[in-house]
Amino acid sequence: MHQVVSTPVRQSYLDAPYGVAAWLLTKDHKRIAVLYMISIAIMFSLGAVFAAGVRAELLTPKGDLLSADMYNKLFTMHGVVMVFFFLVPSIPATLGNFLIPIMCGTKDLAFPRINLLSWYLYIIGGLIVLATAVNGGLDTGWTFYTPYSSQSSPTNVTVAVFGVFVAGFSSILTGFNFIVTVHRMRAPGLTWFRLPLFVWAHYATSLVMILGTPVIAITVLLVGLERALHLGIFDPKVGGDPVLMQHLFWFYSHPAVYIMILPGMGVISELVAAVSRKQIFGYGFVAFSSLAIAVIGFLVWGHHLFLSSQSIYAGLVFSFISMLVAVPSAVKTFNWTATMYKGSVTWESPTYFVIGFMGLFTIGGLTGLFLATMGMDVALHDTYFVIAHFHYIMVGGAVMAFMGGLHFWWPKMFGKLYPEAWAKACAILIFIGFNLTFFPQFVLGYLGMPRRYYSYPDELQVWNVLSTAGATILGLGYILPMIYLTYSLFKGANAPANPWGAKGLEWTTASPPPTFNFEAPVVVDEPAYNYRPSGEVIVG
Amino acid sequence: MLTGQDMIGHADHPHHPRLQHHFYSMEQQLEASILGMWVFLVTEIMFFGGLFMAYIVYRTAYPEAWMASSHELNVYMGGANTLVLICSSLTMALAVRSAQIGSRRGQIINLILTIVFGVTFLVVKYFEYKAKFDHGLVPGPHWDPHEVLANGSLAPLSLPLGSQIFFSLYFIMTGIHAAHMVAGVVLMLIILVMAWKGRFSADYYGPVEISGLYWHFVDIVWIFLFPLLYLLGFHFGGPPV
Repeated sequence: MHQVVSTPVRQSYLDAPYGVAAWLLTKDHKRIAVLYMISIAIMFSLGAVFAAGVRAELLTPKGDLLSADMYNKLFTMHGVVMVFFFLVPSIPATLGNFLIPIMCGTKDLAFPRINLLSWYLYIIGGLIVLATAVNGGLDTGWTFYTPYSSQSSPTNVTVAVFGVFVAGFSSILTGFNFIVTVHRMRAPGLTWFRLPLFVWAHYATSLVMILGTPVIAITVLLVGLERALHLGIFDPKVGGDPVLMQHLFWFYSHPAVYIMILPGMGVISELVAAVSRKQIFGYGFVAFSSLAIAVIGFLVWGHHLFLSSQSIYAGLVFSFISMLVAVPSAVKTFNWTATMYKGSVTWESPTYFVIGFMGLFTIGGLTGLFLATMGMDVALHDTYFVIAHFHYIMVGGAVMAFMGGLHFWWPKMFGKLYPEAWAKACAILIFIGFNLTFFPQFVLGYLGMPRRYYSYPDELQVWNVLSTAGATILGLGYILPMIYLTYSLFKGANAPANPWGAKGLEWTTASPPPTFNFEAPVVVDEPAYNYRPSGEVIVG
Repeated sequence: MLTGQDMIGHADHPHHPRLQHHFYSMEQQLEASILGMWVFLVTEIMFFGGLFMAYIVYRTAYPEAWMASSHELNVYMGGANTLVLICSSLTMALAVRSAQIGSRRGQIINLILTIVFGVTFLVVKYFEYKAKFDHGLVPGPHWDPHEVLANGSLAPLSLPLGSQIFFSLYFIMTGIHAAHMVAGVVLMLIILVMAWKGRFSADYYGPVEISGLYWHFVDIVWIFLFPLLYLLGFHFGGPPV
């Protein structure tokens, strides 16, 4: 490879071994993270295209751009691709895979070949689901509710659920790899309470992955079997209960949203400490709050079934516990704020993403409480209020955190610096575009616009137009990093080992790291985020 | 006993030939593998757990259908299979022990026995399923329950509402269990080949141990399935005595 460098060329994980086969058959967790990054970017783009179709149709009150069937297929594919093939793997499979062994001071994850298998299962599952998009489509909504999905839908449900089934194993294998790595492969001196909070967050996420994902695996298998073999588990004619499917589905899918947000919270913990140059306030509380979210998250699934003939008394219990799950999230938000207070905060691009996350996640979280209140949910269920709520958390929260982490660790992963000014502009553009897209949707939900409808009363048009305009700006905000980050790979300045002056094992090794992560065996003798109180910062 | 001849690989840091490079010792490798298998078994518990949940919900809703349908299952075949699996778990544990003490003969004999027991289970299962198909006890469009009378002829059988769901769960639960048994038998064949080649010793028996864990898990799932599906209607559900 021809490159002009001013520093001596060192062998990093990117250089050797060389060739397509060396990448596709790699066991190196860093290369697998890059493979995931590329695939996830492609899936995100596809999911965004489906969303663009939905928002384009909703510019006008009547269903005039697309047929009703086509609209159903678009929002379904948007949900399936974004949830199962973008959000669930996003941070764990890219940043988690790359950083967890390095943050644990070790050479690789516990099971490198299983890590590669996890990527191949993701690809196979993704190809199966995308194949259904062009062959029969899928119109059940990403929630696959019975009896429509198991009996009536004319679309290719059986194959699609099989694709989701395969992708679920990708998730399980990632989680199981992380758990064993954190338990058994920490470097000498690296006790649990010296681990970065990024690792704690991924550990909690992995617990949810291994406990929850098998349940959706069996759920979609049952839907597929009922559809293909007419087995009747959810068919009322033979005594089955379609609502049982909803219970089984949400038993995973509610914890799944914690799979989507916990890694983002881990990223934010790292970024907040780094941009404030300060020890995280209440490290222990933040660490245990991740575990608390994981555990309590398994106890709230019934809040998706308030209007599905679930008993009111069960509803009351689920409502109460759903309020409780907000507490550990609030603990984290308070602790991040307290960390930044009187810290040496500099306005670098990761800081922009952190601030954006804090505001948007707070709004998303608070509106979740509105929906957890059973009485309010009677009015808001299946309206645009719900859509706005979860997009605030998943896009305003998780994707913002992903972008922040991607920028923060980009110099480490690829050894290149991206243009800071563009990154700051992108963060601001995303923030503006996001709010313009989704805040009007809270209003729409309050005014009663149902979700998954392609037409609406004329008086709601102004809010829909604002939302679509915002979506266009948001789309631009996501295209920009794809351009300038790729540009940085070819034309960016070489990055030093520690461009942010941050504490953490990953910043002690070269950018990009060598194949076995560290030049010498790691021994840890200090707590995490051990910033000097004098504000002394060592960059380079 | 690891001798100097066993230490191959790199002159600068001789190590056991089966040590994977991201681990620093065989002990760490073994502990990581065992923890990994336990975590995987937890995921399997959750996978079967969804089915057990469905079983509980529908049994509460349709107690008569559950008893009447369970009565139609062949307890003798199910019981024989239970015995076969328990014996296979014994031979599996003996195989692991043989690997730990480095007895190649013990490993081979016990692994072969385990495989034979596993295949026996699957063969009995085949005959069981065949009987269900012959008696029309297949949920869906071919649902046409019949029972065998004392004189050997078939007569139509009327089962309460919910019986199709019982049989759906019966086929799905035992079917998925059988699929895990097939995977287990394949795994044991691979371990058998490795044992034949003398790969395992007191220093390196991880693959046998974790395969044993998997086998015991599949066995334990059956120990739950047998009473819930077969024993339930053994005494009840039939004509009053």
